[in-house]
Amino acid sequence: MLSPADLATLPFDDWINAFVRGWLVPNFRPWFRAAQVPISAVLFWLDSFFRMVPMLVTTAAFAAMAWKFAGRGMAIFTVLGFAFIDMIGLWNETMTSLAMVVTSVLFCAVIGIPAGILAAGSDRFWRIMRPVLDIMQTIPSFVYLVPIVMLFGVGTAPGIIATIVFALPPMVRLTNLGIRNVRSDLIEAAEAFGSTRWQMLRDLQLPLAMRTIMAGLNQTLMLALSMVVIAALIGGGGLGLVVNTGLGRLDVGGATAGGVGMVILAIVLDRITRGDLPKAGLWHGIARQDAGRFLSVAGAVPGPRSQKAG
Amino acid sequence: MQPKLSVQNLYKIFGDNADAALEMVRRGESKSAILSRTGATVGVQDAGFDIHEGEIFVVMGLSGSGKSTLVRMLNGLITPTSGQVMIDGEDIARADTATLRRIRREKIAMVFQHFALFPHWTIAENVAYGLKVRGMTAGARRARALEVLAQVGLEPWADSLPADLSGGMQQRVGLARGLAADPDILLMDEPFGALDPLIRRDMQTELLALQKTLKKTIVFITHDLNEALLLGNRIAIMKDGRIVQTGSAQTIVTAPADDYVAAFVADIDRGRVFTAGDVASEPTTIQLRSTSVREALRMMEQSGDRALYVLDGERVAGVVTYRDLAASELDGATPDTTIGKSMITDFPTANDDTQLHELYGPAGGGPPIAVTDGADRLLAVVEPHDVLTHLAGDAGEAAADDIAQETADAQPR
Ligand SMILES: Nc1ncnc2c1ncn2[C@@H]1O[C@H](COP(=O)(O)OP(=O)(O)OP(=O)(O)O)[C@@H](O)[C@H]1O
Ligand SMILES: [Mg+2]
Repeated sequence: MLSPADLATLPFDDWINAFVRGWLVPNFRPWFRAAQVPISAVLFWLDSFFRMVPMLVTTAAFAAMAWKFAGRGMAIFTVLGFAFIDMIGLWNETMTSLAMVVTSVLFCAVIGIPAGILAAGSDRFWRIMRPVLDIMQTIPSFVYLVPIVMLFGVGTAPGIIATIVFALPPMVRLTNLGIRNVRSDLIEAAEAFGSTRWQMLRDLQLPLAMRTIMAGLNQTLMLALSMVVIAALIGGGGLGLVVNTGLGRLDVGGATAGGVGMVILAIVLDRITRGDLPKAGLWHGIARQDAGRFLSVAGAVPGPRSQKAG
Repeated sequence: MQPKLSVQNLYKIFGDNADAALEMVRRGESKSAILSRTGATVGVQDAGFDIHEGEIFVVMGLSGSGKSTLVRMLNGLITPTSGQVMIDGEDIARADTATLRRIRREKIAMVFQHFALFPHWTIAENVAYGLKVRGMTAGARRARALEVLAQVGLEPWADSLPADLSGGMQQRVGLARGLAADPDILLMDEPFGALDPLIRRDMQTELLALQKTLKKTIVFITHDLNEALLLGNRIAIMKDGRIVQTGSAQTIVTAPADDYVAAFVADIDRGRVFTAGDVASEPTTIQLRSTSVREALRMMEQSGDRALYVLDGERVAGVVTYRDLAASELDGATPDTTIGKSMITDFPTANDDTQLHELYGPAGGGPPIAVTDGADRLLAVVEPHDVLTHLAGDAGEAAADDIAQETADAQPR
């Protein structure tokens, strides 16, 4: 049977090797190293902070947030879950993972929200952006672990960079979506009153897109959590390391303990950041109005709100 | 007087290939021919008009006729393909971003069909939006917002959210937001189009009342001819992006420029378009004390009038009809019998701007209607016959020509 391979074979892997090893690494390694400095710094600071704060204080703080954003049941779950983690001896590892996740999400937000805003403002930028995001989401993360190690070395910071690559897309997508969904007649009104682009963004687009952006943040957070184990493969610490070690030694107990710790952390973080979001799907209808109420001066003179007069 | 807003040869072509399409429009090809040949849509073609300070200029036309496009070119929300829009000597069509922004902040505000209030802000914050954009401090902004809200009667709702208000109230907020920055020009794109008829009536009246004190230059878009006739000092009628006629309500109704406009006005309520002043004629009067019955009868026989108005000095005292006078003479009047005896004193009256539909009753029969001023002085009389012919539509050719002449003089076409 004739196949294209009979006519020609392409040394695709050699090309990539030549590109990464022969050009990217020798020429740009110092740049990449420098780029990870802020990530390392934030991570180091957060990691030290979370591990320094006494377990009870941290638990109380998370329980309070859970109560505020997800109700009493979730607050109780948080207390019990964190106590369980502490009792199985994984508190410090959990805090390291938390620091990694928070760092990743922070950088995803810092990169993703502006990128989403730009994408919403320019169809051309969005046309370029979309395939890039698609690739970031579909390419298996193991594939980019190797070049990341080559460029950044091993350690927790490269792990976080891999996590950012993996977790960034929803942040950009949902920021873009949220801003594009702001009613066009409101945009027109803002323009008609002579607002600048920045004023429009601050007064109108960001507040009205806030719910959608928060949903993006929540998704990004969940993706970042799921990367914790993979990041441990290239030297990340925390619960991922516990799981990997258990895996390497066929230590079912150790691996499971690490896994349970992650599940607890994931549930708590998810419910807190999801806040009082209504179920997905209802978002777009309700978001605008509720964002309005949510952001309007709380406690301002009540006025005859309830009655629809006229 | 220099016009506040002057539009000349304004075109807007949507889509690529605007140049080719513009060429075709100028050659007079139709909108649909241009669309099929170049793929471009003609939004507005060759619009031109002057709007004077304090005037309500209504643009009316069917859906898709280009009204929104036209009004958005006046504040640069849509950039014209060609032509000019002059506001106080500045050309909006060619202004750069910074100039446009300044003009929008200071001179020209807009009110939208679907209100376009910011749902996450209170009513007061919404009203103050234009001021915030300009950089006014929060305190001053709020003070001004409350002041304008009071003007539209919504002060108690200052701290409510838009969603808590009914449609009519929301649009009053939209109007207040437009007025807050005290612009010279107010653009209103079908502002009452989304309201139900009763509320719309109220809003129209309220707008007219506000305009009495504010004297803004208003460009008002509507597809409702009755609304146009009620509000507009002048009306421009659009069809397929072209302005087919510009003129006063009376001109449009009595002298439609083409069949399109004629079809529009065919079933219009003329009683609300014309006023007593439009159909009144010069009165023949007699003095109560110095005119004798004989003299009065002779005057009527000569002029053919059925009735004469009787003045007591400057004021109107009453009206006498030929029939009554003749009867009183047959009853054996002496040469010095005064006309006072057979004078009707509860005669019908109207003002110069009383609408004809209010004269249906008085015009049903009886004496001519006296058009008086505030001090009971007789300005003119309205013959019942004239009211009815005007309402019937086949208005006396002369009257129609008169009005057309008058408005043609007022503004060059
Ligand atoms: N952004 C646009 N791109 C392409 N065509 C447009 C655009 N905006 C308007 N048009 C076209 O221009 C023409 C005039 O539209 P416009 O919205 O000005 O009409 P309108 O008189 O305001 O109608 P309506 O009463 O429905 O509001 C229509 O044929 C419309 O399809
Ligand atoms: Mg329109």
